[in-house]
Amino acid sequence: MSKKFGKGKGHTVAIIVILIALIFYLIPIYWIIATSLKKWPDIFVMPPKFFFKPTLDNYIGLMTIRTTTTEGPKIVGASPYPRQLLNSTIIGFVSTALAVGLGTISAYAFSRFEVKGKNDMMFFILSTRMLPPVVVIIPLFLMYRALHLIDTHFGLILLYTTFNVSFATWLMKGFIDEIPKEYEEAALVDGYSRFQAFIKVVLPQAVTGIAATAVFCLITAWNEFAFALIMTTRNARTAPPSLASRMGTSGVEWGQIAAGTFIFLLPVAVFTFIMRKHLLRGVTFGAIKK
Amino acid sequence: MADVRVQNLTKRFDDVVAVKNLSLECKDREFMVFLGPSGCGKTTTLRSIAGLEHPDEGDIYIDNNQVNDLPPADRDVAFVFQFYALYPHMTVYDNMAFPLKAVKMPKPEIEQRIKEVSAVLRIERLLNRTPSKLSGGEMQRVALGRAMVRRPKVFLMDEPLTNLDAKLRSEMRAELKRLQKDIGATTIYVTHDQLEAMSMGDKIAVMNQGVAQQIGTPGEVYDHPASLFVASFVGSPAMNLLDCEYRQEDGKSVLIVGENDFILTISDELGKKIQDDATDSNLILGIRAEDVFVRDEAAEDTVQAEVYVVEPLGSENIIDLRIGENMLKVKTLPTVQPDIGQTIDMWLDKNRMHLFDKTTEKAIS
Repeated sequence: MSKKFGKGKGHTVAIIVILIALIFYLIPIYWIIATSLKKWPDIFVMPPKFFFKPTLDNYIGLMTIRTTTTEGPKIVGASPYPRQLLNSTIIGFVSTALAVGLGTISAYAFSRFEVKGKNDMMFFILSTRMLPPVVVIIPLFLMYRALHLIDTHFGLILLYTTFNVSFATWLMKGFIDEIPKEYEEAALVDGYSRFQAFIKVVLPQAVTGIAATAVFCLITAWNEFAFALIMTTRNARTAPPSLASRMGTSGVEWGQIAAGTFIFLLPVAVFTFIMRKHLLRGVTFGAIKK
Repeated sequence: MADVRVQNLTKRFDDVVAVKNLSLECKDREFMVFLGPSGCGKTTTLRSIAGLEHPDEGDIYIDNNQVNDLPPADRDVAFVFQFYALYPHMTVYDNMAFPLKAVKMPKPEIEQRIKEVSAVLRIERLLNRTPSKLSGGEMQRVALGRAMVRRPKVFLMDEPLTNLDAKLRSEMRAELKRLQKDIGATTIYVTHDQLEAMSMGDKIAVMNQGVAQQIGTPGEVYDHPASLFVASFVGSPAMNLLDCEYRQEDGKSVLIVGENDFILTISDELGKKIQDDATDSNLILGIRAEDVFVRDEAAEDTVQAEVYVVEPLGSENIIDLRIGENMLKVKTLPTVQPDIGQTIDMWLDKNRMHLFDKTTEKAIS
């Protein structure tokens, strides 16, 4: 890196470009954080206040239920939001694990074995992603109601897994195609079964692809709004529809929405950050012949 | 150690027949080489023996046990791949320990075995490296090591020297041969390089288009090629092949070479054999470059030829001669240096010439 971006004109230009990009991408995040820490009147002041006395009122408001007494507001219990965040986490991570697991196994099968009608099947798998989700919401809702899956964690996990597994299969097939089959053959001759060879030799080399696929799947499941809105009410409600519902009867609670959004951003941001090394290699994988 | 027997093996890929009714046997402790151009079925045969391909017809025996339906893991064979296939996420040590862990060998014994083998292959200092930090030759040794630690019944090697540079290849050739003799391992080795086959093999199976053309010792394959293909594939420079016609003239058996370019008198015995065995009188005459000689003066059985080009190789010269429309390569001492265009007298060693039926391409002998 240091060599490529050495001293000189190129170096300065690169820094300026990066700065502009950073400002462009980080301002909304700054805005969310600042809004979440501002008192109600400060949020709407024009020109915006860059210096203000931060307050945690919005976070407290988001996380708790209060009642107004003569001595001022009094906390009487936790709001549903923490639980909804937990729901998002469980549903997001479990469905991601399932989708990536199933996707990797089926991608391996499609990559390595003679499967009859392989291309048709791959196309069929992809075709499940061609309809916009809204189109299938009503029939799915009816099916889920008949199966008593409405407002269950399992229901949403199933839905998100189904939705993501096609994507995971396609992505992972690309990654596994790149791994020479001689490695497994070597393992087969070295005394291992096909399954052991898959676990011990193929998977370690597919880590990059698995990480990249997992990040994409998690982001999709984590941010999903439409299904979560229709298919859940209380028990399994996830964060996105809950945040939207803050724009409710008593006006738009911008401060609380900002606080909720910021907390909601954190898990995916941390997960992506942990995976960043793999992710970078992941997106360029296959584009460069090693 | 064990012997390997392939019986009537046929393997198809869709419409392509990769191996056609192949039968051969590799005896205990023997170094057998499958030699042929790419696509001749040699690798497919090797993979079938390893269990990486399932034969469509025929049987494979290891140690007199039919292994057709055994998975590769249960055949007790080691396979060295052309691209080595060292597990990239493991160190050299772990690569070599991998097959031993499969049979749940205790750790001290694994360590002991790896120590022994790495000493033989001189790779002790590489044990903690990952394959990406190794040179081609080192990877090659590690791949061999991974095969050797197992002490398998049979070693199967698929062009293991192809990716090395020329100097390293010739070093490894000798080393591999010595190693094979030292550990006395039954080895089947696939190559397209006739030099490797000749120099290493106890026995060579020359293959073309899925068919074994000839199976024999390097000497047999070189001196008595069974078909036109073997004659042209084995040996460097390739054997000279000239169209000729068998005739009876004045009660003598003769061969008219080319468009009446020259006439060779042959023994009546050979003439009779041609009459008995050949499809018709159209034959191909084969003679190696070292069996043609340049003579100082014309004699009864010498032929006049024009020098087309001289290739000095240091220890010898290869002289290309033109006789009519035919070209003939001659191996001579480096001191023989005729000028281009010069006419010289050459002599063919008739005892060392080969005749092939032009229709069946089989040798007449």
